[in-house]
Amino acid sequence: MTETILLVLVVVTALAFDFTNGFHDTGNAMATSIATRALKPKTAVALSAVLNLVGAFLSLAVAATIAKGLVDADVITLPVVFAGLVGGIVWNLVTWLLGLPSSSSHALVGGVIGAVLAAVGTSGVLWTGVLSKVLVPALLAPAIAIGVAAAGTWLVARLTRGLPQDTTSRHFRWGQVGSASLVSLAHGTNDAQKSMGIILLALIAGGAVPEDSGVPFWVIVSCALAMAVGTYLGGWRVIRTLGKGLVEIDTRQGMAAETSSAAVILLSSHFGFSLSTTHVATGSVLGSGVGMPGAKVRWGVAGRMVVAWLLTLPAAGLVGALCHWLEAGLGGTAGVLAVAFVLVASSTAIWLASRRKPVDHTNVNDEWEGDAVAAPAEAAAAGAATAAPAVAPLTDPEAFAAVVDAATTDAATTKENVHA
Amino acid sequence: MSDFIEWGALAQVAVAGLVVGAGIPALFALGLRLLTQPAAGAAGAADGAEGAAQPVRRSVPRVVGATLCLGVVVGVLALGLTFLVTGGH
Repeated sequence: MTETILLVLVVVTALAFDFTNGFHDTGNAMATSIATRALKPKTAVALSAVLNLVGAFLSLAVAATIAKGLVDADVITLPVVFAGLVGGIVWNLVTWLLGLPSSSSHALVGGVIGAVLAAVGTSGVLWTGVLSKVLVPALLAPAIAIGVAAAGTWLVARLTRGLPQDTTSRHFRWGQVGSASLVSLAHGTNDAQKSMGIILLALIAGGAVPEDSGVPFWVIVSCALAMAVGTYLGGWRVIRTLGKGLVEIDTRQGMAAETSSAAVILLSSHFGFSLSTTHVATGSVLGSGVGMPGAKVRWGVAGRMVVAWLLTLPAAGLVGALCHWLEAGLGGTAGVLAVAFVLVASSTAIWLASRRKPVDHTNVNDEWEGDAVAAPAEAAAAGAATAAPAVAPLTDPEAFAAVVDAATTDAATTKENVHA
Repeated sequence: MSDFIEWGALAQVAVAGLVVGAGIPALFALGLRLLTQPAAGAAGAADGAEGAAQPVRRSVPRVVGATLCLGVVVGVLALGLTFLVTGGH
């Protein structure tokens, strides 16, 4: 009985994770197109949803492994996977509430590692793998993307100097939408198969399908749909931060940023050096601000993101571990149902909290105000995380307001019809 | 540290990323520049050779250059799509 309940819950929770994955990551591809008004917000998320759906059907090389090379494969049991999924979903929702783009796959990996730690202790985790496959790439991905996007943006700014602005923005709009679409498709092919893999693993473990089974068709369809629906609903809070919060962006920067994201993501999977879509996309947007002469980058906002990235693994892990202790402590059906209850309750609470200050397609592009000024503790961390000492004053509210003003002025001056 | 960072793959991603990720927007911009007289009002069409009805003078080398630039951009986009569709990820 418990086995069946657990199997059903793992499948449903994996689909829920898939949903939050789409929801959380819409901004990676579409935030810049929405911010530059290359696409209407609803059109952008619809396009992204369709491409994620198509992408999910393209990626059928699903291996029934989860967190491979990160944890001891023998300790991956259904209760561990369940607790890990809950950890991943809760952290995805928390970061969404805060409007911070953080990696969905890191959240899942963190949740599973936490559950493994709670289940068998440190011996179950392959720390070298965690360091080399998760933590180091998390630092390198944004660095590479910043460099690529900054170089691209700088070249584009040089080459379009003196050109009439309405012409460039009309054409770069197409370039931007094209490259953003490639990012969406890549996301679908990469991320939907994670959930398919988890569900297949659960079905095999529960004896519902034979050991050597491929992915059942209903699993493919439901995973593809869950991700597409999540994408369509759009994590507007994250989109807003990426599109408006980091840099005031025009279509030239948008195209440079999305092309950089698409190139780095596709090339990294080609060379077998897997990087998080979220980290690459965020780095690219930052880079488009760094490379554009005269553009202002809000390093305070970027610092908060870096803090969120560093917290993703331990925070999702903590939730995963707590869920596993609850599961094991109560035992049997009661334990599993208690964890399911925790998931539903915390999701509802987060959703209710989000309603107090909703962000949706109507206000996603509103002027960015200083609402992202970090709380003192976070500000210190943000200041430490940003390399250049000169940007430390940005965590000071007054200096921050000045930067916002300057950015607004810049936006106004670009209304002149020839690129400086 | 070499145990923790796959330097080879990293260098490949960084270099190729720079060439493609920065080169494509640059080619796109160059193509546009060749089709558009600086500060001469709106003109040009995304696909190159056939232009809008604006009276902007375009010499043959300019049009050929622009077509080459934009052709490479479209070609790389197609390459990226092929990579995804054939499951190279």
